[in-house]
Amino acid sequence: MKGYLFALAGALTTLAFMFELLRRRRLREKYAALWISLAFVVIVVGAFPGLLYRVANLVGISTPLNLVFFLGLLVLLVVSVQLSAEISSLEHEAQTLAEESALLRNRIERLERGPDAELSPLPPVADPGPCAADPT
Amino acid sequence: MSTGPDRRILVVLPAWNEAQSLPAVLREIADHLPDVGVLVVNDGSADRTSAVARAHGVQVLDLPFNLGVGGAMRAGFRYALAEGYDVVVQVDADGQHDPREVPRIIECLARADIVIGARFADQGDYAVRGPRRWAMRVLAGVLSRLAGTRLTDTTSGFRAAGPRAIRLFAVHYPAEYLGDTIESLVIALRSGLTVEQVGVSMRERSAGRPSQRPIKAAIYLLRACLALGISLTRRREPSLAAPEPVA
Repeated sequence: MKGYLFALAGALTTLAFMFELLRRRRLREKYAALWISLAFVVIVVGAFPGLLYRVANLVGISTPLNLVFFLGLLVLLVVSVQLSAEISSLEHEAQTLAEESALLRNRIERLERGPDAELSPLPPVADPGPCAADPT
Repeated sequence: MSTGPDRRILVVLPAWNEAQSLPAVLREIADHLPDVGVLVVNDGSADRTSAVARAHGVQVLDLPFNLGVGGAMRAGFRYALAEGYDVVVQVDADGQHDPREVPRIIECLARADIVIGARFADQGDYAVRGPRRWAMRVLAGVLSRLAGTRLTDTTSGFRAAGPRAIRLFAVHYPAEYLGDTIESLVIALRSGLTVEQVGVSMRERSAGRPSQRPIKAAIYLLRACLALGISLTRRREPSLAAPEPVA
């Protein structure tokens, strides 16, 4: 029984920690959602251990603990892949901003050189990336 | 597509720490191509690349950090589009591309949207062996079929883009590894642009050497095939070139 209490305490601490991070705006809600729901799952399993046995039986895993390990690894894998995707889109945005700042800088230099310098309209904003809404 | 002699031509030099070789290249361009615009895209260099370019009186785009050739070229295409250039010629800042070949490449733009200055087309003495050579062969074979014309050197960075290609690349130009060479061609072909090649002679790089070691070459082969495979299976980019009918 001690083990389940330990898990319960761990989940409650995680929950409190996430809440605090959200409150201080250190973490955005979309990243916290997963950890909060995970903590809830652990709380439920910690409070009603019988549930774990039944689910393990259902999927045909003889040692319930192995189910816990398997699901834990799966969650970590999904989270790290999601973070990689998140980083990729950040890099994409950073690239576009870098190009934009270089183009604007070049424009400012030409403006400073002479007020009557010939300037064409600004170029269109580049590829907004896979995550942005489709332009219509 | 305008093909007259009044076309505005922009030579774009993506430069990353090329302060050593840049002056010679810029001088050559000024000597042999007096009527073209020149844009140096300083790709987050740590050396005096930007200052050297400014001293030569050419336009400079200073990227705040290194984006790779893909990012530098997209910035160049966007500049070209904004300033109303009809032709963009990409030339390496390390001096391996001879500016005297540029007019021959541009001449071919009358027939195609993108013209590649190819190294193996019976000109010059540029030799590549081993896995790297095989990789180039495989890439050339696949892209030739896609383009419907014979391409032998798809990884060449010596290339010219016409007005339709400029409009496409100003928005979609991949910044990934090898994206500036292989994937950009795939995107262009899929958007209905045409690609051709012209044989050009290349010189030894004045600084730095391409990797010829077997392991590095093998990794290059794998990454190149991965890049090609992914870009071929990718969904078509919304075409920018399509809406405007070619008169």
